[in-house]
Amino acid sequence: MAVPLLEVAGLRAAYGRAEVLFGATLSLRRGEVVALMGRNGAGKSTTLRAIMGLLAPTGGTVAFEGRAVTGWEPYRIARLGLGYVPEERRIFTDLTVYENLEVGRKAPTDGRRPWTAETLFSIFPNLAEMRGRRASAMSGGEQQMLTIARTLMGNPHAVLLDEPSEGLAPVIVEQMAEAVLRMKREGIAVLLCEQNLYFASAVSDRAYVIEKGAIRFEGTMAQLEADEGVREAYLTV
Amino acid sequence: MTLLVVDRLTKHFGGVAAARDVSFTLAAGEMLAIIGPNGAGKSTTFNMVGGQLKPDSGTVTLAGAPIAGLPARAIWRSGVGRTFQVAQTFVSMTVAENVQMALVSRFGRSRSLLADARALYRDEALVLLGEVGMRPGADRPVSELAYGDVKRVELAVALASSPKLLLMDEPTAGMAPRERSGLMALTARVARQQGIGVLYTEHDMDAVFGHADRVLVLVRGEVIAAGAPEEIRANALVKQVYLGEAGARAALEARRKAVA
Amino acid sequence: MDPAFLVLQSLSGLASASSLFVIASGLTIVFGVTRIVNFAHGSFYMLGAYIAVTVVPRLLDLSYSPAAFFLGVLISALVVGLIGVAVEVLLLRRIYRVPELFQLLATFGIVLVVEDLVLKVWGPVDLAGPRAPALRHGVEIMGQRFPAYELVLIGVGPLVLGLLWLLMHRTRFGVLIRAATQDRDMVGALGVNQARLFTLTLFLGASLAGLGGALQIPRVPANSHMDLAVITDAFVVTVIGGMGSVPGAFLAALLIGQLQAFGILVFPKATLVLVFALMAVVLVVKPWGLLGRPEAGSGRVLPPEGILALRRFRPPEAALAAVAVAALLALPLLGDAYKVKVATEILIFALAAFSLQFLVGVGGLVSFGHAAYFGLGAYAAGLLVTGPLKAPMALALLAAPLAAGAGAALFGFFIVRLSGIYLAMLTLAFAQIVYAVCFQWVEVTGGDNGVVGVWPAPWAANRTVYFYLVAAVALCAILGLRRMIYAPFGYTLRAARDSATRAEAIGLGVRAHRWLAFTLAGAAAGLAGGLYAFQKGSIDPTLTAIPLSIDLLVMVLVGGIQTVMGPLVGAAFFHALKDAVMPLTEFWRLLLGLAIIATVLAFPRGLAGAADAIRGRMGRAKPAAASA
Repeated sequence: MAVPLLEVAGLRAAYGRAEVLFGATLSLRRGEVVALMGRNGAGKSTTLRAIMGLLAPTGGTVAFEGRAVTGWEPYRIARLGLGYVPEERRIFTDLTVYENLEVGRKAPTDGRRPWTAETLFSIFPNLAEMRGRRASAMSGGEQQMLTIARTLMGNPHAVLLDEPSEGLAPVIVEQMAEAVLRMKREGIAVLLCEQNLYFASAVSDRAYVIEKGAIRFEGTMAQLEADEGVREAYLTV
Repeated sequence: MTLLVVDRLTKHFGGVAAARDVSFTLAAGEMLAIIGPNGAGKSTTFNMVGGQLKPDSGTVTLAGAPIAGLPARAIWRSGVGRTFQVAQTFVSMTVAENVQMALVSRFGRSRSLLADARALYRDEALVLLGEVGMRPGADRPVSELAYGDVKRVELAVALASSPKLLLMDEPTAGMAPRERSGLMALTARVARQQGIGVLYTEHDMDAVFGHADRVLVLVRGEVIAAGAPEEIRANALVKQVYLGEAGARAALEARRKAVA
Repeated sequence: MDPAFLVLQSLSGLASASSLFVIASGLTIVFGVTRIVNFAHGSFYMLGAYIAVTVVPRLLDLSYSPAAFFLGVLISALVVGLIGVAVEVLLLRRIYRVPELFQLLATFGIVLVVEDLVLKVWGPVDLAGPRAPALRHGVEIMGQRFPAYELVLIGVGPLVLGLLWLLMHRTRFGVLIRAATQDRDMVGALGVNQARLFTLTLFLGASLAGLGGALQIPRVPANSHMDLAVITDAFVVTVIGGMGSVPGAFLAALLIGQLQAFGILVFPKATLVLVFALMAVVLVVKPWGLLGRPEAGSGRVLPPEGILALRRFRPPEAALAAVAVAALLALPLLGDAYKVKVATEILIFALAAFSLQFLVGVGGLVSFGHAAYFGLGAYAAGLLVTGPLKAPMALALLAAPLAAGAGAALFGFFIVRLSGIYLAMLTLAFAQIVYAVCFQWVEVTGGDNGVVGVWPAPWAANRTVYFYLVAAVALCAILGLRRMIYAPFGYTLRAARDSATRAEAIGLGVRAHRWLAFTLAGAAAGLAGGLYAFQKGSIDPTLTAIPLSIDLLVMVLVGGIQTVMGPLVGAAFFHALKDAVMPLTEFWRLLLGLAIIATVLAFPRGLAGAADAIRGRMGRAKPAAASA
């Protein structure tokens, strides 16, 4: 595979005057799961937001599906087949579960069989039971499932997944891990932001470690697991 | 001398305990860092001490006076200065004017309709700016400064009321890495010289372990460890928490199932 | 009281509630999705009425039936919907990211343009529409006759609510509208093209306004004042209901309809006051309206729109200012009475505009109702000298700022509790209260005609003498206000505007200072109003009305919202231009509207943004110039 599906080079981003990213470079190949690890405030979420066009990069480039998408509006990037699951979930709480899925619905850009609400309900059975209910009445775990399902309704080729295991009970974390692996089986590439090393190692092929807005480590998940030094320096206290 | 006593602070948001029985003390001239994963209750604890949130129960005592539940302005008056995660300055003013505003407020002159604000407390402001190394840029608009310098100005503004306690919410967030340790060293020096207690939250581990006298670790609203930096570093429980112990078994289980 | 009468009164309240809801629902949907408060919504309503009085009679000629009537109404609504699409594509699309003040002004520009176009196309005479066939009679209810058409209107509100509910819950478009109302950026990240969604939303919103207007033709003739009359009502309904909430608008319309129907029995002169008072109470108790929700941070990082750097006069500027003042003061020596009149008015408006700049440019408080305080001063002065007291001019001129300051203190108490768009709406609402009092309390204020015979004291009756009196008073007041801007108080206002969080954290009470600023600015505007009453010799409700508030804002903008003294230049320029151009053209409003729109489009980040851009282009060669 010559050209990666998603290629990020020298990405810089800032909130007003506060700079957060100082030139992040990473790539995501078709069908793989890559973890972007790092502590709170290291720049993980900002990287995803800048890739998605939700935050205008102040430098660097983003290419997706072989096209330079830097500076594009988010909806155009999404229509190329990039899905985004934000850390704060951003469920439409005034809408029902089913309506939330409806907002995300988008025809596949390749010939693939599209995701439907019913197939998603089979992955997340909890959602099926509450399809007519308002999303505001859901628990945190259910909201996390809904936000992933909503993104899949757009039939993405790749998904930016921000901290899916955060603050969830172990049984829900397990479902999240299954969902990520299911996406991988369906051929969807996933760029996963995580702090939870165990979760990341359970689902990822490769990993990057980000600290103070720059990539400090790049390798296979196995390499990261074996590297005590990197973990001490960038992940634990 | 014990400056701040926080005793069993508790705050619930819709049934979820964001902070539960959080207790700690802080001495004058001491730097105390609060760390913990997302959602640990750092900001909640911080905002209860600073007056942005009212605690459900528990007390905060500053130099012998109870301050829990008071509005932010009253807490400022009792001697608490603070800086914010995203620096809050008066962007239409110069560096010196930002500090002068704090002095105008301190001396109760904010309703003065006739005095010339530019000259008022300027000398005092320049002294404060000298302390944070910003005196040469005193007449530059604060909007033109690099972010690291904005943070220094914010520190000078917080110091203008001669606080007993300084609250700093992620003081180095958004700064270029090379500027961070400078700001923390400056803060530590000022705190020790003037006997100000500093309570700060931080994600940057260099800023925590390089400058804190003591570290407090919060997880899910509870204090799980407190002590000197080297003790915290060696604490196995803290390490587990940072790598996400909660998800460990579940995730491995999922992988086993997926492979099978 | 007779129960039949109460029932009928309640029914007529329901009928007006219904009409109000149809209009307000469109406004609230458009606001929810685009976050623009659209003054032009009133214009859409007016266009609906005019198009209907044109289309419906033609259809009735073909077939005199209720079906033809309502078909005509629907066609009118759809045509207005298309006009809404044009407005979105040509203008609104370009201003989604500009500061609120500029959005409001731009949509008000559309109001001005449409007013003149309507006059051009349909003429100045009110056009009565046809009545609906088969609905011309009265229906007997509890022994009283009630118009059948009103009964139909009562049904239209719930019908529209039901149809909107179906649209919002049973179609993808409706679901997207609801989702975008909550979080439009997330909707974009899921692949929805916002531009197209916004265009369709404007079609829906404008159609509803057009429908509301078209349904009115059997009740009120189409006229060129309908737009502003309805837009304030629609704003009130939207704000009380919660901006963006359709059910909230329905609830609020019901409340207001009944309040008006029964309020007129209790306080026959104060129905409008009741409505706006209700809005003030709701906003204070529930700042986001009955069913609204707090505005999520828009995430935009913009410098405040207003005075950024306080500069002193440099020697050449000081000389220029001195020459300008000297030239102005020497004007009467030329002996042209008309020029003296214009110069007097310029001085008065300069003071009014400067007092507005004190709020907007220094305090960051965008007031859309500053004419209220100008008018309060004018009425206080005018009524004192013409009323039973026959007070002397000096006393009247003293009372003008006191009365206006008292009014500003009363209204300001509520206003400073809000921020952003809600604050602007509340200033507008309070100004409408003042307007309503002046308009409705005929015994005291003379109603629409106002009061004449407000002449200066004999010693100041000479135009030249009065000119110098105005010059002395206005210049002193302006210098006084200017001093405050440079004093700690002015700095505190700017501090609260730049960062309320930081201001509170260093112990500055943001609300208290804003309240004082509002009161002072109101008093200064009232002084200007008092001077104006004697200049003009009469007072009337236009001195408190929206167009004057907008004129003052335009003066501030033209002069430069980021400058201290600019608004004085703006007042001189704007008033002189208006005076020179208005007699030459019947399209003054059209020209003004286009000028406002062009200004907003040319400076999309506001004038301060343009200044920044120019400064940036000049390079870093002389950074000292900006801070001098």
